[in-house]
Amino acid sequence: MTILTIDRTSWNAGLDRARGDYTLVGSAWDADCLGFRELAPDEYPNMEGLLTRLSPKGVVFPPSQIMMTCALKPGDVKQNIYVSEEKLPSPRAVIGIRPCDAKALSLMPLNFDTGETKDPYVLNAWESCTWIGLAVTEPLASDFSTSCGTGPFDESPLDVLLVDDGERYLAKVITDKGTAWARSAGFETEAEEGAEALIKTKKEAAERAITSAISFDRIKEKTVLELYEANHWQKTTFACLNCGACTFACPTCWCFDIQDEVYEGKSYRMRNWDSCMTSLFTQHGSGHNPRETPLQRTRQRFMHKLKYFQDKYETGIMCVGCGRCIEQCPAGIDIREVCKTMNSQA
Amino acid sequence: MQNPYVPYPVRIDAIDVATEDKSLKTFRFSFLDPEDEKKFNYQAGQFAELSVPGQGEIPIGIASSPTEKGFLMFTVFKTGKVTNWLHEMQPGDIMGIRGPLGKGYPWDTLVGKNILIVGGGFAFTTLRSSIKMILEPENRSKFGTLDVVYGARTPGMLLYTDELTAWEKRDDIHMHITVDGTDDPAWNYHTGFVPALTEKVAPAASDDTYAIVCGPPVMIKFTLPVLEKLGYSHDHIIMSLENRMKCGIGMCGRCNIGTERVCMDGPVFTLAEINLTPSEF
Repeated sequence: MTILTIDRTSWNAGLDRARGDYTLVGSAWDADCLGFRELAPDEYPNMEGLLTRLSPKGVVFPPSQIMMTCALKPGDVKQNIYVSEEKLPSPRAVIGIRPCDAKALSLMPLNFDTGETKDPYVLNAWESCTWIGLAVTEPLASDFSTSCGTGPFDESPLDVLLVDDGERYLAKVITDKGTAWARSAGFETEAEEGAEALIKTKKEAAERAITSAISFDRIKEKTVLELYEANHWQKTTFACLNCGACTFACPTCWCFDIQDEVYEGKSYRMRNWDSCMTSLFTQHGSGHNPRETPLQRTRQRFMHKLKYFQDKYETGIMCVGCGRCIEQCPAGIDIREVCKTMNSQA
Repeated sequence: MQNPYVPYPVRIDAIDVATEDKSLKTFRFSFLDPEDEKKFNYQAGQFAELSVPGQGEIPIGIASSPTEKGFLMFTVFKTGKVTNWLHEMQPGDIMGIRGPLGKGYPWDTLVGKNILIVGGGFAFTTLRSSIKMILEPENRSKFGTLDVVYGARTPGMLLYTDELTAWEKRDDIHMHITVDGTDDPAWNYHTGFVPALTEKVAPAASDDTYAIVCGPPVMIKFTLPVLEKLGYSHDHIIMSLENRMKCGIGMCGRCNIGTERVCMDGPVFTLAEINLTPSEF
């Protein structure tokens, strides 16, 4: 592992050099919304460390994507036969991703690679990425990432960790993929001997600035049915409008729908983000719905994130504490309070 | 990396109206590429996604038996966008099938055991697959007694009536057919609901006897207490669930009951397994 020093005045030139080998992805403003997307050839990522409204999950799991197509026109030899539209993406460098967001995306293969079957769209997109994280030096009040097995300086899901140090970035190069990107960008000046200690100091300061400390130990110990049948759910879910804002903003909500769209004699089988907050999500053809009430749907979301996922994969909870759902919930539901309730003695 | 979402191309070979109200049709499909048929290696109790281009996909239990070669059979209830379109398709039309999906009935456990099959309405499809498979000459001796309780609303709503008649005449299967009610004077079988008939005719519970239950929620709701009363233990009651599905491969997130994904970990579960989950089905 190497620590490089990158002068801010040479940052953009380095990104431009790397464009020869990588498509750049980063946070950028579209109207008043900051989000992650592919950057135009003359565009540079926003490096202010702001929380994007939607998480970067769309980088590997787009809100809407064509999975396959087929001809519908009579006489076409391939009429009614679907052909995959999966593509092997060219290498992409995802610049400035928050470490906890990268942690969330690193959990995706648990869902999209079941051993028996692999989702080529997500897995190929994920594999094509080099994750260049930007350490969070000024956490928001809603950030509770350190309780969720990650944190503002978590290196584990990253190829390079950038740390803002005024006029320069310190770049901790963690993996071979990270080395390749740094070389492509021409970033090769090694930092001074004290750089590692400086990063450690900044890391400790950032972690201290996160004041929420949430425990999940009793959620792990309790059975599914103890948690599911607990008597607090009416109160816990009462304010929820089932709008689904939390599910779309969340980096670990990966539910999707598959729909056929027809346009000019061709059928497009699309994958679209979906939300467990909607009634149609689980409604049977007969009209019967196992999660008919708002309470049932909101409970499903918290149970999935905090219990089912933890029990199934034993890699911790399905939440990285990014705080987006807390910031954006129109009803003021705070997942930290739900965690506390579920984790209580009762 | 094989793409698990791309269906195998198939041709509709035959379409038969399955019930008097024409709400169910039975479709027979053959694979355009014989190699795909070899890959589609299934067990009774599994399902597949029927893929209608331009309309979408629907998860349907496989009604043909793995012992029947050269075709796949599905019986489909007309209820939504995809099934309405499918009901209007014609023999010779090309579409897709994706699968086989999910886990079938636990045949390794059931070998050497007595089997009680309890079915209702149009959920009889995978049960037909199971009965057909068990009755094959090469398989019948591998199992103990075979009792089938099957009910529908009226005689005209029973599926696979030719086969039911043929099975009635055999002495290696005990058929108990019922309808909720009928004014047909020629009706020779039972009248009344499936749970009540099950209580009368089910074989005695034992370590060597398993019940397979598949039907509408109301039938299941009233049949389970009957089986419990008869002494069937929860790990000897096997059920097939029908939660809404999209991907069918455990990824899209909608069919779960607790930690279990019905499409991939099921759709077949024992009652003992289901008892550990929230009853969201």
